[in-house]
Amino acid sequence: MRRKLSLSQQDALLGLALIFPSLVIILGISLQPILSTLYLSLFETSRGIESQRTFVGLGNYGNLLTDAVFWVTIGRTLYFTVVSVGLELVLGLAIAQLIHAHPPGWQFLRTSLIIPWAVPTIVNGTMWRWIYNADYGALNGLLYQLGLIDKYIPWLTQPTTAMNLVILADIWHSVPFIALILQAALATLPADLEEAAAVDGANALQRFWFIRLPLLRPAILVALVIRTVEAFRVFDIIYVITNGGPAFGTVTISYLTYLESFSFGHVGRGSALSFLISLFTLIMAFLYIRILYRPEEQ
Amino acid sequence: MKRKPLQTLLLFALVLLVLLFVYLPVAWLVISSISTRAELLSTPIRWIPQNPTLQNYINIFSPGRSTSEVAKTFRITLWNSFVVASSVTAITLVMGSLAAYALIRLRFPFRRFILLGILGTRMIPEISLVIPLYLFAAAYRLLNTPLILIITYLSFALPFAIWLMAAFFQTIPIELEDAARIDGCTRLQTLFRIILPISSPGLVSTGLFVFLTAWDEFFFALIFTSTVAAKTVPVAIAEFTGRYVVDIGSMMTGGVLAAIPPVMLSLIFQRYIVSGLTAGAVKG
Amino acid sequence: MKTLRSVVFLALALILLVGALGCQPQQTGPVTVRVLAMEQAGPTVDEMNAIVAEFNKANPNIKVEIEYVAYDALHDKIITAMAAKPPAYDVFLVDDIWYAEFAKAGYVLDVTDRITQDMRNKIFKAAWDITTVNGKVYGMPWLLDQKYFYYNEKLLNEAGFSEPPKTWDELVEQAKVIKEKGIVEYPIVWSWGQYEAAICDWVTLLYGNGGRLVDESGKPAFNDAIGVKTLTWMLQTIDEGITNPASVSYVEEDVRNVFSQGKAVFATNWVYMYDLVNFNTEQSQVTGQIKMALMPAFAGSGVESATINGSMGFSVAATSPNTDAAWKYVEYLTSEDVQNRYSAHLLPIWETSFRGENLEKLKGYTPANATTVPMFSAQFPYAHVRPKVPYYLEASKALQLALQEALTKQKPPQQALDDAAAKWVELAK
Repeated sequence: MRRKLSLSQQDALLGLALIFPSLVIILGISLQPILSTLYLSLFETSRGIESQRTFVGLGNYGNLLTDAVFWVTIGRTLYFTVVSVGLELVLGLAIAQLIHAHPPGWQFLRTSLIIPWAVPTIVNGTMWRWIYNADYGALNGLLYQLGLIDKYIPWLTQPTTAMNLVILADIWHSVPFIALILQAALATLPADLEEAAAVDGANALQRFWFIRLPLLRPAILVALVIRTVEAFRVFDIIYVITNGGPAFGTVTISYLTYLESFSFGHVGRGSALSFLISLFTLIMAFLYIRILYRPEEQ
Repeated sequence: MKRKPLQTLLLFALVLLVLLFVYLPVAWLVISSISTRAELLSTPIRWIPQNPTLQNYINIFSPGRSTSEVAKTFRITLWNSFVVASSVTAITLVMGSLAAYALIRLRFPFRRFILLGILGTRMIPEISLVIPLYLFAAAYRLLNTPLILIITYLSFALPFAIWLMAAFFQTIPIELEDAARIDGCTRLQTLFRIILPISSPGLVSTGLFVFLTAWDEFFFALIFTSTVAAKTVPVAIAEFTGRYVVDIGSMMTGGVLAAIPPVMLSLIFQRYIVSGLTAGAVKG
Repeated sequence: MKTLRSVVFLALALILLVGALGCQPQQTGPVTVRVLAMEQAGPTVDEMNAIVAEFNKANPNIKVEIEYVAYDALHDKIITAMAAKPPAYDVFLVDDIWYAEFAKAGYVLDVTDRITQDMRNKIFKAAWDITTVNGKVYGMPWLLDQKYFYYNEKLLNEAGFSEPPKTWDELVEQAKVIKEKGIVEYPIVWSWGQYEAAICDWVTLLYGNGGRLVDESGKPAFNDAIGVKTLTWMLQTIDEGITNPASVSYVEEDVRNVFSQGKAVFATNWVYMYDLVNFNTEQSQVTGQIKMALMPAFAGSGVESATINGSMGFSVAATSPNTDAAWKYVEYLTSEDVQNRYSAHLLPIWETSFRGENLEKLKGYTPANATTVPMFSAQFPYAHVRPKVPYYLEASKALQLALQEALTKQKPPQQALDDAAAKWVELAK
């Protein structure tokens, strides 16, 4: 006679069973690569079949952390992240407010926002690359015809400009995401709070700053975390628009990992880079949650 | 608060501005796809092509006529993308909803640890997973098959989907479930009969996000696939660039075609995007 | 509990499935040779497939399967393929600049002993430069290409010249006249953008001045007096309005676009441009006006002509389990007979194909061939390869940067080249 399992034991078994398939896939696919990357990062490996592996322990990490190129790249990636996400947040919030105010055409606007967001990354990148073309691009054409420039500019040949233009392409694609999240959150805000404040004499700016914004904080947090982690790890759009150029001006930390592992053959270094990136990302997500997460205020 | 007509006008102007921001690049993409090469390369720039042509589209849809190898096989890559993205979406929804339910409603050992582990695996940059996964695929003869892409994308999509669906499930008041259990339903029965139906908007929006992510993925597809047996649309678009020649017209056309399915799907299910983001963001 | 049991069974089944996938029975029957080639260059896909079909028919115990990727992805695909055991491909196309890297990594099979004397004699000497690293041969040269000197005859005649320049100095003289007469604003356009394309033009000019990239011991020599002189010359042509200033951001396609619109009288580019600018009315506004000439060199350098050898080769994967079968295919693909029959889009590597009856047949394939074929055999002896160093990709980026910095006046030429040379020395360690 089998002893019947208690309810909580049944629950536990069921829980494990339900999560098991997902775990198999996630860990099965990701765990071995992660472990092997960690393992490889401890060696200096020359590329190839009979690759000589010298154990260097944390040597690769030390090298990276003392390498100017690494820090410059981190700086560049942070620039991309901060500018990108920052502008997306500001623009997204503005657009969300705009929609929330229900001006004529707001529904069409909300629907239209979906388009940049749904366009695949490679299409986005290719499209903007063509727009930025030095001889026939729409950006040059437009600015020239508007009289804002007197000569076509080879935009993607100057490192800072190239980076900013890649950011623009990324913003175009990602602002809708934030705008839609924030707009959805705005729609659920109770109207009476603001009305009461208005009756008490608060103007629009005060209502926004002291009431709306704090209530939006959870939504903003979610949007920020998702977008920041994505932006920090950006790769595809760099690969498509600039390939890291000019003069490494658009090499972000993920792209650097690609260069080290694939183009230059420094497998150990590339692996160490991967781990450093993961660490940075974790810290960032953690900081965000720490700083911004607070229980709902009344 | 009644709005003054001037304010309305101002707001409308802003709406138009944002619409311009959204549509101008897309319009240029479409215009480029129907321009001849001569018009594409004309200075000063031609905003409206004088000789619009559908030749690029014809090349893609009637393979016999086209000269470009990539254009000939573009249709097949569209189909491959569709197969991969749909499979990933379907499997993710099934596996993910089971896992999400387990994570929020059931107590089992290592629950916190598993949750952290699932989210943690997403921290590592995908680029470093390429070679180890490639070796796995080579060992199991999965290279250049839709299956390896499906498996890979599953591992990317599942954590995100589980997190999203968990947020949705959490919005369902636990009293509903308790009532069902009192009536004699088992855990799984409450899942299938109560939770899933109620959170179906959430499921749709999760499914949509997963589909878009899978459709979008580029680098793994580039490395893991090499023939039309498994090549997806992003790879095909990249191939309009030869060693020296860049086939701009075809690239733009491919871009338009590649964008249509995700855009269409998003527009159809747009209601759910909003509800999806709401539950995930506001209450998650 | 019933549901629980079924769920557990499902999970077990999943694991078994994954396991089963890995235990596929060994293949019996013909040996499979997997080939990785490139599309959009050389023979069309149909032609390549036809060659494979021919080979498979003639060799019933070998089955060749061929796949195509874009050039940009080729390098990455090869190194991922080589990481697998057995490698995912047995034969692959290799760009000239990767040979040293792949040889060092042990990816490519040493086939020095399989090259017959016949092959050595009858194939262009400059072709062997591509696949030879440190005296050993690692593949068969296959896609031969070099940069040619193009000129717009009609515009040149308008300026009063009947012959194209033989030296760069002569070109400058002609260009000044062209510019003065207002025929075009910038007579010559180059691909000096910060890409490999800039290195190709740099090699052309540097060697045309009697210079070289590395000396006999492999140390960088491009920053010597000749190198600086050459780079200074390049700058001067921009300053004097002879070189299209947009050249510092251009790659080959941009050169073709400018040239096709009649906005330049001179240009250097690979062979692909000729057909498109001279015969394709959809893509060019100067059809019928374009000719090729031997690449000029600098007067007083002792060099008659110099250009860049930008070819590719087919190699066998060293760790392939079927190297003999794989080599058999490579031999077949590059054999005189096959190459002669399929030369509509690919020039043969055999010198003998460019003589007598074969030559006439080659020339007759397409209208463009009438010009490009004789031009190829005339120019190829003067083609130079880039240094066969395993760190070439990284080194090239440093040199690309140096050229760009000098051409955009961010650094004086000597300093830019010195900095790049220092990087090369560092990489060699």
